[in-house]
Amino acid sequence: MRQMWWKVLCVLMLAYTVVGGFLMPVPRLNIVNETIRNLYFHVPMWFAMILLFTGSFIYSIKYLHSGDLVHDIYSAEFTKTGILFSLLGMITGMEWAKFTWGEFWSNDPKQLGTAMSMLIYFAYLVLRNGLKDEEKRAKISAVYNIFAYALMIPLIWVLPRMVDSLHPGNGGNPGFNSYDLDSDMRKVFYPAVIGWFLLGLWMATLKIRVALLQHKDDNSFQFDTEKQ
Amino acid sequence: MRKASILLLLLMLITTLAQAQTSDAAMADGLRANGKIYVVVLVLATIFAGIIAFLVYLDRKIKKLENKK
Repeated sequence: MRQMWWKVLCVLMLAYTVVGGFLMPVPRLNIVNETIRNLYFHVPMWFAMILLFTGSFIYSIKYLHSGDLVHDIYSAEFTKTGILFSLLGMITGMEWAKFTWGEFWSNDPKQLGTAMSMLIYFAYLVLRNGLKDEEKRAKISAVYNIFAYALMIPLIWVLPRMVDSLHPGNGGNPGFNSYDLDSDMRKVFYPAVIGWFLLGLWMATLKIRVALLQHKDDNSFQFDTEKQ
Repeated sequence: MRKASILLLLLMLITTLAQAQTSDAAMADGLRANGKIYVVVLVLATIFAGIIAFLVYLDRKIKKLENKK
């Protein structure tokens, strides 16, 4: 977690993504025009969000297994970082939609499914803030987090693909292959995904480290009062 | 004479404005110019703003932790 190499890799990948994302050749398509380059920025936001929520899901299970509050901290901070990425993904998506689909919000099935999933995760934050007792908060939010993750999969991956959608790769077509993701775009897209993945992980680990320090600080205070 | 020239000027202004409005039908507003590349700029700027907001949030959290010690 505190090693340096993957952070260097992250910066290199993202630098390549920004420069290559603007300058490398892309397919010439009507309506989307140059905005097809948003594939390197908007789409990896969601990938990073899914990665972070998956990490959170794993640590929730670990917490329920071990009862260790450190696992709860990991899970909570992964989720919070994931929510930041979901917000960025949603805003960038709406900006993109305004200039290609014509509206910020066009009730696209994928937009609706994602919005529902985001609201479920916002409720997780409210739930955590509402409970004062540490153990109870950890246990209830771990169970809720597993439920939220289990709902996210059909809401984002399954349901939008079963109906017609403005999003590419939906309405029966799996993945990006249908969207002219040619070899030129792959050269930027895959490093972009890795770069944003690592950035999400980096941000989450920073938050985890702060939260762990805070946790240690709170507990040392408890020990001090017990001694007196 | 002066009145007439002002009127003429006003009339010309109106007609040019009207012409500008009709030729504007293609709605070539800023973000749609140059193959919509500025939409990509906007998207990247949004992500940048998000990362900066995260940094400010983290900064405040760490400061709180430092002040407690």
